[in-house]
Formats: sequence, structure tokens, C-alpha cells
Amino acid sequence: MDHPIKRDHSRFKKIIRGKIRENLKQYVSGREIIIDKGDGKFRLPMPQIDIPRFKFGEKSQGGLGQGDGKVGEPIDEKEKAGQGNKSAGQGEGQKELEVELTEMELAQILGEELELPRIEPKGKKNLKSKTNRYTSIRTVGPDSLKHFKRTYKNALKRQIVGQDYDPDNPLIIPVRDDYRYRSAKQKIEYENAAVVIYMMDVSGSMGDEQKEIVRTESFWINLWLNSQYKDVEVRYIIHDATAKEVTEETFFHTKESGGTLISSAYQLCQKVIEADYGPQEWNIYPFHFSDGDNWSSEDTKVCLDILKDSLLPLTNMFCYGQVESRYGSGQFYKDLKEKFGIRHDKITLSKIKNKDAIMDSIKDFLKKGH
Amino acid sequence: MNRTNSIKGELLNLKDKIEQIAKDQGLDFDPVVFEVCDYETINILAAQGGFPSRYPHWRFGMEYEQISKNYAYGLQKIYEMVVNTNPVYAYLLSSNDLVDQKIVMSHVFGHADFFKNNLWFSKTNRKMMDVMANNATKIRRYMGQYGIDKVENFIDRVISIDNLIDINLLLTDFHQKHKLEDEENEEPKDNSKHKAEYLQSYLRSEKKQKEKAQGIEKEGQSKDKEPKIKKFPEQPQRDIMLFLLENAPLEEWQADIIGILREESYYFLPQMMTKIMNEGWASYWHTTLMTEKMIEAGELVDFCDRNAGVLQMGRQQINPYKIGIELFKDIEDRWNKGRFGKEYQECDGLKEKGNWDLKLGEGRGKIFEVRKLHNDVTFIDEFLTKEFCQRAKLFTYKYNPRHGRFEIDSKDFEAIRQKLLAQLTNFGQPLIEIEDGNYGNRSELLLAHHHFGIDLDTKYAADTMNAIYGIWKRPVNLRTKYDDKEVIFCFNGKELLPLK
Repeated sequence: MDHPIKRDHSRFKKIIRGKIRENLKQYVSGREIIIDKGDGKFRLPMPQIDIPRFKFGEKSQGGLGQGDGKVGEPIDEKEKAGQGNKSAGQGEGQKELEVELTEMELAQILGEELELPRIEPKGKKNLKSKTNRYTSIRTVGPDSLKHFKRTYKNALKRQIVGQDYDPDNPLIIPVRDDYRYRSAKQKIEYENAAVVIYMMDVSGSMGDEQKEIVRTESFWINLWLNSQYKDVEVRYIIHDATAKEVTEETFFHTKESGGTLISSAYQLCQKVIEADYGPQEWNIYPFHFSDGDNWSSEDTKVCLDILKDSLLPLTNMFCYGQVESRYGSGQFYKDLKEKFGIRHDKITLSKIKNKDAIMDSIKDFLKKGH
Repeated sequence: MNRTNSIKGELLNLKDKIEQIAKDQGLDFDPVVFEVCDYETINILAAQGGFPSRYPHWRFGMEYEQISKNYAYGLQKIYEMVVNTNPVYAYLLSSNDLVDQKIVMSHVFGHADFFKNNLWFSKTNRKMMDVMANNATKIRRYMGQYGIDKVENFIDRVISIDNLIDINLLLTDFHQKHKLEDEENEEPKDNSKHKAEYLQSYLRSEKKQKEKAQGIEKEGQSKDKEPKIKKFPEQPQRDIMLFLLENAPLEEWQADIIGILREESYYFLPQMMTKIMNEGWASYWHTTLMTEKMIEAGELVDFCDRNAGVLQMGRQQINPYKIGIELFKDIEDRWNKGRFGKEYQECDGLKEKGNWDLKLGEGRGKIFEVRKLHNDVTFIDEFLTKEFCQRAKLFTYKYNPRHGRFEIDSKDFEAIRQKLLAQLTNFGQPLIEIEDGNYGNRSELLLAHHHFGIDLDTKYAADTMNAIYGIWKRPVNLRTKYDDKEVIFCFNGKELLPLK
């Protein structure tokens, strides 16, 4: 049996999960950095939870130390340099917790907090996956998989046959041959497949801050879609006056400049879908982020036509996120709104004013549940 | 499940050897039981304050997580753990090598001697293993009865006030109150006689509550006859846990929980009051026993390495092991050479003072006396000298808002002494008393913070007052100083507001 402290430990973890929910906005807005550990786990920094007691204020208190140094010298340069004004303080107090959550747990918290519906997949289930189901029985196996009921049934049968069984004193003792164990059968399951295609405007007007917003938002969208589909493919497209498909790395770090022809991206997106993802089999989610500036109203017209005639029929949902920037006019949002209306079933529009708006924007995108 | 094993073979021989040497040196202790365990177990024990069985609470889980992580990342490793009971329990980490075990054992005998002889421990219940386990059972039962969340939430509140107890109750008041109790009580003295005072008061409160329940009407009448408003409590009371236990509107299980946590607080209190001395004393003895008797030639480097680790200087925080052992050594040296008293103090000649040696040889005797009579505050107050501060390179630091960092503030002896004493006074906790239990005649609480130059952390204060509000069920006021101005904060159940 586990030590009782494990129960204390899991209660503590539950409290922490509650805190993460409470402060989800801090994480979603990217103010608190989540570290992707790469093994399906994420590390979230959070302030030490503390039991409140009357205690002395740290800054006014100062403290005592030991060592070399003249009056006026900082007591610990190394630590201070990196950490800004985080207090060193005396004794405890500066502890930071780091919480580890699996992708599933994090997605669950996001889903609960934003009240996201589960996505209803469309299309055939065509992605094969193998899972083990413990549905059959064997005569050998590890004790941990012992099937008690079957084992005792067998023992009972044997004893009745051997006339060892006394109904007044029903004592059943299994012997080696009676033991039965659960065993796994491999099952092939078919899953829904999904692809996310991110398109980002990288023209001169999209600054670092805007890209940071896109990056953060796509992290959470990926997280949620990953929790809804067994396998999610992600493709990245950047565009200024021309569009090209890029790696994730480039997508987030490139700094292009120049004009903006949104249609180029939509055309490429259409090509990608037609080449690799049959809409019968795939759930397709294009996301487009831009600051809303397009080169000309003619191009905008082209865009709207592509959307209406080609992209929308192919996709589950088309999401357009408009990141506010100092240089962007935001015209494209208006154009889309005018053309499709804000309540269109397959288009979701969202304006992202700043980091704090990311959370609402995610909700906009994902609340439809298809 | 047996997570710890008693020592045998080589370790047992070592223990016997060290124990004998320690006794020969004059150390005097209750029997010590050494147990070996793995790091997982020692982490659990450490998270639970050394005790194998504690009541369920998430904070132990939090401690456990912290300690385990620190261990896993190699930041911190627990070498020794010793529990003040009779017999004294001490845990050895099975993966430690023999030098470590020797050091730890020697160190433990130092602690054991301190536990037995230091005045502040004289009333400590040495059967705490059983008490803690019983407390755990009781609280588990309450959780079964009233629900885990409800009980745990209440415990949360009580923990917030578990530092609001009275160090004086450890010593003097003990006897006086005890006597009063006996005179008041005409009932036959039962075994409650050797129960500690803080338990007595709990029993008393139980009785009081029963009486109250029976005699509400009577009380009502007597109040009419005596319209005089008595101050309540008559004297400011530092033991706020006790005050709430006796006077807050509590259900029986809640009163019991306050009583339990209070008892545990008082148990840990002497250790908090003697951190520097206790660790210093134990370190003094592990160094002495090791270097004089126990060490083998091949172990010297390892020993020095470990010792250097334990006795590291800290720039942000003084290391109690280091300051403690150095002070004990300094006292021993001064009393060996007679460097104390009027004559030495008034000696002007620097050279003469430097060579002062009356060859008194009273050092050992003196430190044994010191370890008996002092706590950290009086220890520092009496034995910290200017010379020592210079030698130990002590300094005070403070926050410099202009540079946004902590900077060395002063190396002046008096400044250091004052700072150190301020840190240690009232076992390092703010001194807060209940001044009025019927503040403004609205049955609100008035707490008074005795301000010695350091402001309270207001956020923590607000949360703590919230916890007290949860127990007292009426607004809680706190008189303190903030930015040099006297203020009264009021927590009205929702937020903290300044009254004046």
C-alpha cells in the first residue's frame, strides 16, 4: 500500500490544478511561459502556494548574511542579474513551484474553463490504430491480471466434480490449474483524422508582438485539437505578396516584409488540401491570422471567392483571426463580415486586440464544436 | 509496512562506539534509536516533521513534493533527521557512506543531549510519536464524520494561526497557571496532572462549554445584576490559539482540532527557539567527536568535504549550523582564556587584549551551562561579540529600491546584533496579542501587533485575518504600524480596510 502521504500529495495536486484554472488567463496570454518538455508533458510555473500567517514584509526586513564584500555591494549578483526584481529575501518565500501536466490534463483544464464543446468529427474514420483491450482469458499471466471471479468459479467447479465441496462450509481453495488471467487482444480501431493549416501574414505590418500572439494562440488551438483527435497534422503557410509552405520553425521566426496578397495564401491552402487531404476523410481546419490589411480590394474579392467556392466546402471550419497592429487597417475583417455575416456556420471571425484577448479568441474559434 | 529498519552489524557497532565516546565527553541523553531507510522514506518523514504518522493534510503533500524534487534535481539532500522523543529517533539514509553515517550519528547525539538538557525543552512531551499518531486517527475520524473538505478547510484556517502562541507558557506560566487550576478545581486530581498546561486549558474549555450549554439562562440573569463591562480578555493574551479555542463559537470537533494543532505547535516551538544553538551544539559535537576520536585517516578528506558543506556561509541568510558552532567555539575559547568580565572589557591595549590568556580552562564547563540555560535570543544577546562579528564576516543587508536589489547595509556590530535579535525574537514571528475580544462592544476581535521596526506583510495579514474571521465569525481588527504610522486594519469578512 502506498504511504498516506501520497493522498496528501494528490490533494495538493488537485489544489494546484484548481489554481491553474483560476489563473488560466495568465498562461493563455503567454504571460506565464509554459515549457514544452517534448515528451507530451508541459511544465507550468506557478507561485508557491503558501499558508497565510502573520509574517514580516520581506523588503522592509532585509536580513543578515555572511561573507566578503563592502557596504553597498549587492549580496548576490548572479541571481539578481537574471531575475529582475524578484526578491531574494530571507528564508523561504521565494520558492516557485513548477507543475507538470500532461497534454491531456492541460487540454482538459482549457476545455473546462472555456466550456469548449467536444468536437463532432465528420468524415469516415480512416486512421488505423491498434489498441490493447483486455477482453480474453488465459491460463497464464502475471498476478496483477488475475481474474478472481473466473479463478474461483473454476475452483468451485473442480471441487464440486471432485466432491470436495461442502455447501455448509463453502470453502473454496484455488489450485494452480484454476487460475485464470485477463489477456489482451489487439484491436484495430479507426479514428478520425484532422489537419490544421495555419496561414500567417508576415508582411511588414505584422510585428513581433503580433507574431507572438499568433504563436501563443496556435499553441492552445493545437493542444485542444490534439485532445480531440488521435492524430493531428499541422501545416504552415506564410504569405506576403506570395505564399509558401514553411516549417514550424520558420513560421514563427521569419520576418518578411512587403506587400500583402491574401489570395496567394488561400490559393496555396486550397492546393495543399486538394493534394493531401480528401475532405471525405479529413477534418480540415484552416486558420488565417493577419492584421487585416490587404493590397487591394480586388484581391480581397478574389479571396472571398476562393473562400466561398473552394475552401468552405472542403473544410470543417475556416477561422480568421485578426491581430490588431498599429499599421493594420483591419479592413479584411469587415470585408469578411460583410460577405458572410458574423454567424456563418463555417466561418469564425475573431479580433485579437492584445495578449489578454487570446483566451476569448480561442473560445470564439472552438466553441462551435465542429 | 516497514519502511525503516533498525541498524545492525557495522552500523550498530559504530553507534555503540560513538555513544560511549559521547558519554565519556559528558553528553547526557535519553536512549537513541537509529533506523535506516531509503531516500523516499526520509523525504516522507521530513515532509511530516520527522513523524511517521500525521493527520491528513495537503500541506504535507506539498512539502513532500518540494523535498522530493530538490532531491531529484540534486539541490538538497537530507543527511540527518532526529526526532525529540524518548527514545530519540534518528534516521540514517541507507545510501550514505560510512563517513556520513559517523558524522550523522555524532551529530544526533549532540541533538539528543540538547533535547534532554535545554531548559526550553523541559516540559516537552516525549511521547509525541504516539500523540501525533492519535491526533491523526482523531482527525481522520472527523473527516469520515463531517467530510474531508470541511475538516481540511478548517485545518487550513487553524494552521494560519499556529504561530500565534505564547513562548512564555513553555516555562514560567506553566507552574503558576497550573496551581491556579488546582485551586479552582475541587475535583480529585486525575492523571491530567502531568499533562501539559496547553492540554489542561483545552480540557477546561470543554468543561466550560458544557457548563455554558447548561447554564445559559443563569448567565443571563447574572449579567443583569452586574452591568459592569469586564474587559475581555482581562490581560492581552498572546496565545491566540487558546483564546479562540476557549471563546470562539466552535463545534466540538473544531475545538478539538484547534487543541490538537496547538499541542503540536507547542511541541515544535522549543526547536524553533533554539535553531542556532541546537544545530550549533550538534555540529560542535560531531566535529569534536569525529576529529578527536572517530575519524580514520582515509576518511579525512570526505569528512572535511561534508563538513564544509554543512557549515557553508550564506550571503542571504545566516547558516545556523555555522554561526552556532562558531559561537560555541568562541565561548569555549573565551572561557578557557578568561576573556570575559570587567577587566578584559576595560583592557585598552590591543596587543595585551590579543594575547589575553588567564589559562582558566573553564570553556567546556561554560558551554555545557550555556546549552542548558539559553535560547537563541539570549544566546546571541549575551555571547555575540564585536570580534566575533568581524571574524565571522557578518553583515546586514537591505533592499535598495533605487537599484532594485538587496545590498550589504552595514558591518557594524550593534546593527548586526539588533538585526539578529529582531529576527530571533518570538521565534522569528511577529509578536501579536489579542487585546480585546469585544472590540467596540460588537464582539469583534482586536489584535495588537507589537511593532519592532518591521512592518507586516499586508497581503499575508489579510489572508490570515480572513482565516481568523472564519473561526471567530465576526470582524477581526489588527492594530499595527505601517510606514511608521499607527493603523487599525479591519477585516470585515470580505476585504481588509484601514480604519484609522
